[in-house]
Amino acid sequence: MTIWMIIRNSLRHHALSTGITAVSIGLGCGLLMSVWVVNFQTQRAFKNVTGGFDSILGPRGSQLQLVLNSLFHMDSSPGLVKAFDYRLFREKYKRFYNRAVPIAVGDNLKGYRIVGTTLELFEVEHSPGQKYELAAGEKFIQNATQWNKEAVIGHTVAVQLGLGINDTFQPYHGLNFTEGQMPHKDIYTVTGILKPSGTPADRVIWIPIEGLQQMDGHDPRFAGDVSAVLIQMSDNTTARAFGMNSLDSIYNKGTDHLTFVKSNEDVVARLFDQFAWAESVLRWVAYLVAVVAAAGVLASIYNTMNERRREFAILRALGARRSTIFSVIVMESATIAALGVLIGFGVYAIILLVAEGTLRNEIGVSLHPMEPHKVMLIVPVVMVAFGALVGIIPAAKAYGTDVSKNLTPQS
Amino acid sequence: MSLLKIRQLIKSYKAPGGVRHTVLEVPEFSLEAGQQLALRGASGTGKTTFLNCIAGILRPDAGDIELAGQNIAIASESQRDELRAQHIGYIFQTFNLLQGYTCLENVLLGMSFSGPANTQQATALLNRVGLADRMDYRPGELSVGQQQRVAVARALANRPNLVLADEPTGNLDPQNAQEALQLIREVCRENTAALLLVSHDQGVLDQFEDCHDLAEINKAAKEVAK
Repeated sequence: MTIWMIIRNSLRHHALSTGITAVSIGLGCGLLMSVWVVNFQTQRAFKNVTGGFDSILGPRGSQLQLVLNSLFHMDSSPGLVKAFDYRLFREKYKRFYNRAVPIAVGDNLKGYRIVGTTLELFEVEHSPGQKYELAAGEKFIQNATQWNKEAVIGHTVAVQLGLGINDTFQPYHGLNFTEGQMPHKDIYTVTGILKPSGTPADRVIWIPIEGLQQMDGHDPRFAGDVSAVLIQMSDNTTARAFGMNSLDSIYNKGTDHLTFVKSNEDVVARLFDQFAWAESVLRWVAYLVAVVAAAGVLASIYNTMNERRREFAILRALGARRSTIFSVIVMESATIAALGVLIGFGVYAIILLVAEGTLRNEIGVSLHPMEPHKVMLIVPVVMVAFGALVGIIPAAKAYGTDVSKNLTPQS
Repeated sequence: MSLLKIRQLIKSYKAPGGVRHTVLEVPEFSLEAGQQLALRGASGTGKTTFLNCIAGILRPDAGDIELAGQNIAIASESQRDELRAQHIGYIFQTFNLLQGYTCLENVLLGMSFSGPANTQQATALLNRVGLADRMDYRPGELSVGQQQRVAVARALANRPNLVLADEPTGNLDPQNAQEALQLIREVCRENTAALLLVSHDQGVLDQFEDCHDLAEINKAAKEVAK
């Protein structure tokens, strides 16, 4: 109780320097935790954004571009898979996969992508145990003989564009929206709104693939082409590997106009590997901020040592042991670090909420700011321990205070 | 049996130039439990050094200082801290109150190194010295006389056997000095604590039945007087 009384008093007496030091520790601590957690959760979220598909077949080009365009609905489309190739894939190579869902892109509504597909897409589990579910309305009509100009829209699209069931819209050509651009003549009706899925699908307007292929203004010569084919391989490990390797040989080695992405997850992992340096730089910046903050604790306490020599001498004259004075300074230093850690959690929450909002709005990927991670225990413990450690230097100075010399007031 | 017994006590300081200067040379001195003794001494006669040696704040060069059966002179630093916390109350000329703390906290600190701090007891002590309505004041918000009373309450907070008072009225006007001295003596008596007071103020010394010249006890002080 005595030690805490002395610490509380000192922190109150040096409130400004304590506050500034705690804030700087909070920044370092918050940055460290954020960099770690954002990196971990982003990687996990991106790797999980497979939409339930293992592989992709698309036009010859970059595998990364194919993944970004087909699964994340970002980047430009690398081209088209000719109707002939698509038919061949569906008929001749069916034995190598379980399911193949075509997608066609090329239009947007106020920047939100319109993706043509088949109803089969909604039967796939986009995440383990989770399918795209309707929050309202129903799916578009599409069967062997008929398809309607209807759309199922993602949750973000509905919220951002204020679209509801039975609302209509005219698609705009291209993947990006330009103000003043004339829309296609086709009029689509919203028949369904999806529940939030925490995936890029939340930012997509799904229509029957025929609708996109035959959209007014699109070249009818390419009406049977698709942008990519999303592929679900067999659940059986051997069959899966066999299918992947076979399609890899057929398309990547045997043709010059198609690309087969063997593993979507591997492509995303390679993407993160390419940016590992940036994450490393951020992490080192955070380390540096934390070290500077800890040095700030040292400087802040050390600078008060001269003015506090008399206080220590009086406490010693009252019977306080040297070890008590030493403990007071070490614990005071650790307390400032602990206050900083509390601020750090606030900084962390702000960064995570901003990152979560940005990723959700821009890409559709969800982070979980409140999800516990071991770094949220390790960083605070290390920071407080580090605070206590740097406190040893001023504590040693306080330990050596000469009682008789410092009992007299110094002018 | 004496509460405090001193034998062959010597304390010297290194003067500029490296020569050692002896300030204390006390062949023998004792104080009984509950006794109230005043020592008269001019400036530079080693009054504060003498009290600091008894309190264990300074370590003597030679000799024995026995307090409550323990020899402070040869005790380790932590043992001296412990003895001070358990058995000694110290009233300083400059009061040495901790400025950032309230009156109550100052008194609580006085008792907290000898055992658990007791707020009720600290409150009672402040009541006794007439500061019931100043518990939450900080020293800077009190008059000099009130600060002295806080210092008295703090010195008694650990229920000491011995209270050392170093020119306790040196900073007070005659009226306040008289009241403060009376208070110190009464409170020590009530708490059955012995009082060893050093002063050069004749007005203060005249209040004590038991009063000696420090020079009679300290041979080194005689040298200074010569």
